[in-house]
Amino acid sequence: MANMQKNKTPMREQLPEVRNKNWEEVACGYTPEEAMNEAARCLGCKDPLCRKGCPVSVRIPEFLSLVTKGEFAEAYRVIRSTNSLPAISGRVCPQETQCEGKCVRGLKGEPVAIGRLERFCADYAMAEGEASTCSGSCTSCTGCTASSDKIKVAVVGSGPAGLSCAGDLAARGYAVTVFEALHKAGGVLVYGIPEFRLPKDIVAKEIRSLEDQGVEIQTDMVIGKILSVDELFTLGYQAVFIASGAGLPKFMGIEGENANGVYSANEFLTRINLMKAYREDYGTPIRKGKAVAVVGGGNVAMDAARSAKRLGAEHVYIIYRRGEKEMPARREEIHHAKEEGIEFLLLTNPTKINTDETGNVSSITCIRMALGEPDASGRRSPIAVEGSEYDLTVDTVIIAMGTAPNPLIRMTTPGLETDKRGCFVTSDGTTTTREGVFAGGDAVTGAATVILAMGAGRDAAEKIDQYIKSKQ
Amino acid sequence: MIKIIKKEKLAEGVTRLVLNAPLIAQKAMAGQFVILRPTEKGERIPLTIADYHRERGELTVIYQTVGRTTAELDTLGEGDSILNVAGPLGKASELEGMKKVAVIGGGLGCAIAYPQAKALHEKGADVDMIAGFRSRELIILEDEMRACAKLTIMTDDGSYGQKGLVTDALKEKILRGVSYDTVIAIGPPIMMKYVSLLTKEYGIRTIVSMNPIMIDGTGMCGGCRLTVDGKTKFACVDGPDFDGHLVDFDELMRRNATYRSDEQEQMKRFHECNLFKGIRQGEV
Ligand SMILES: Cc1cc2nc3c(=O)[nH]c(=O)nc-3n(C[C@H](O)[C@H](O)[C@H](O)COP(=O)(O)OP(=O)(O)OC[C@H]3O[C@@H](n4cnc5c(N)ncnc54)[C@H](O)[C@@H]3O)c2cc1C
Ligand code: FES
Repeated sequence: MANMQKNKTPMREQLPEVRNKNWEEVACGYTPEEAMNEAARCLGCKDPLCRKGCPVSVRIPEFLSLVTKGEFAEAYRVIRSTNSLPAISGRVCPQETQCEGKCVRGLKGEPVAIGRLERFCADYAMAEGEASTCSGSCTSCTGCTASSDKIKVAVVGSGPAGLSCAGDLAARGYAVTVFEALHKAGGVLVYGIPEFRLPKDIVAKEIRSLEDQGVEIQTDMVIGKILSVDELFTLGYQAVFIASGAGLPKFMGIEGENANGVYSANEFLTRINLMKAYREDYGTPIRKGKAVAVVGGGNVAMDAARSAKRLGAEHVYIIYRRGEKEMPARREEIHHAKEEGIEFLLLTNPTKINTDETGNVSSITCIRMALGEPDASGRRSPIAVEGSEYDLTVDTVIIAMGTAPNPLIRMTTPGLETDKRGCFVTSDGTTTTREGVFAGGDAVTGAATVILAMGAGRDAAEKIDQYIKSKQ
Repeated sequence: MIKIIKKEKLAEGVTRLVLNAPLIAQKAMAGQFVILRPTEKGERIPLTIADYHRERGELTVIYQTVGRTTAELDTLGEGDSILNVAGPLGKASELEGMKKVAVIGGGLGCAIAYPQAKALHEKGADVDMIAGFRSRELIILEDEMRACAKLTIMTDDGSYGQKGLVTDALKEKILRGVSYDTVIAIGPPIMMKYVSLLTKEYGIRTIVSMNPIMIDGTGMCGGCRLTVDGKTKFACVDGPDFDGHLVDFDELMRRNATYRSDEQEQMKRFHECNLFKGIRQGEV
């Protein structure tokens, strides 16, 4: 008999007024008892809608029933057979629009906390040393011994798309080399998403287990500069998977955007996450603003705002031109941000950044907005309220208005087509306009989610395998 | 990890490193740069490629010890390795079709200007090089520059060459009737600004090399952005070379000062911490 408790089993969290001054993880995870209690809320539907909501089709009721019985390692193996990075997706997936959004328990009360349980199983397996990247689902696995006659495949970019593709290809017996532009592998998982939401040692463990599986990762390799895609083929790689993400920051084009104290969210977060600017023992400088305006309403904006607070800001404002309902961020992030004292200025749009005589930001001019008719995306489009401008005193502005794919690879790879947003054109989500070249993740979809990128990596591994076999 | 093959002091606080970096050396072109991070806790800093030798797989960079990261880099010696070096980054300088060129270097900028003068000389261009330094002790690469160009050295205090600014020498040459098709100016932003103002007056095409704050060097952070012809450009991917008549130098100088007080604080910390290390190891 299912546990009919209406709400999710609460997960312990650091108190808001404590955590907004440290960088440790906000959510502490379930205990085994809490996990078993929560998993027992699953009704075990015959036609599980939750699974349909999952971009990588995790067998949710199956793993939940194992958790209920305390068989955590087995539950982990079920998850791991379709999801290569569960410790990560359990923490950062927008569950409310995916699996949990479809859960029937959500009709009367809260859905089963599938994300938290996924995280629990992955953390359990990691702690017990049972985590493995070998999904066990492949049939052609030749084991993980390096052998020189393996077929070589190159992966460009080490974000979730690149990593999951590399893992799946290695499991299928290929010799995979991942080329990463930065000095550390992980993509947005290491340079974008902060420690307090996704501890970096979890990402490092996932990457280490890929390396144990035989995947070679070369950092400091900017493809398009040090080697072109064509040269990768010359070096003997039989296929190339491009997972270079969408890292090019968009600016607003308003006056004052190049003033001192204006950051792209990418720069601000990279200084903090990749370059550890919040730690005294690191050399990275960062502006510790007293009053910070973050422009945007997505996960990136929430991460930047909560990071600014942790650096010691007295006021951190989220400036977003639509309403809270329209914010693309995960609900939990909005909720956490509010608890931590982030001030939300909704239906507000910046029009100008003002500076003092030394070129430093002194304030931001904003205009109020009203919601009009729904636009093509179904969201109601905001319209400026004439004459409603006002100045907000801030010393730092962070622009989190989205990103586009970096043009470097497109510009250096003849015949590789992109659309007008700069995203690679594919016939089936992964096959590009160049033979032997596949692409996936944010580089194809534009900025999206970790789980979609991971799913794309898996699809690509399948397509690459088919492609190489068809040529033999 | 990239190994330091040779380390050489060129002047007070100015050092030349030859690195064993065959892949980068294979692709390097004049005007491009690398981003390096000497140690785990250091920053990523851009350094222009000062020279390369493809067959030997060698790459040369020159740096001035100004902040914490260059001070950290300076603690490494021959045989040691630099943790991360990524490159070559940025666009190569376009030197085709130039016949009569003035290459102007200011201080450490000479390290970047020199390979351009050399490349132009090898392409058969007639090169005048004007190199400016604060004083005699800071002069670098004199013999190298002299080997590929007619060299004029200017010092602020007149302790060597002629006393004055690089713009004085350039103006004198222009007034004497030397007709340049291009001027290349590389050095402190203030120098590039005044060279560009001067050449604009005489309608001479001018190329400058920008040195803003950078992190990734791949177009991901936008920290290196500057305004060129009213438009925002990323120096790391759109540059580092730009048309000097179109660059907003004042904005660049303001942005470069963003972390100045931080940088001094970091230097202090670095020295203190090295001092303590010294004491612990009984070296002081
Ligand atoms: C701050 C922030 C918070 C986010 N929060 C969430 C969240 O909570 N939940 C969620 O689902 N999604 C979130 N996202 C989105 C999610 O992180 C991305 O959709 C996902 O990481 C995309 O994966 P990817 O593998 O396609 O690309 P990326 O993770 O961007 O990785 C691409 C990698 O390729 C490298 N690269 C680029 N060009 C080259 C080149 N020429 N040569 C070699 N390497 C190259 C890059 O350096 C990078 O490491 C967030 C994004 C950001 C920025
Ligand atoms: S250095 Fe980051 S975009 Fe140029």
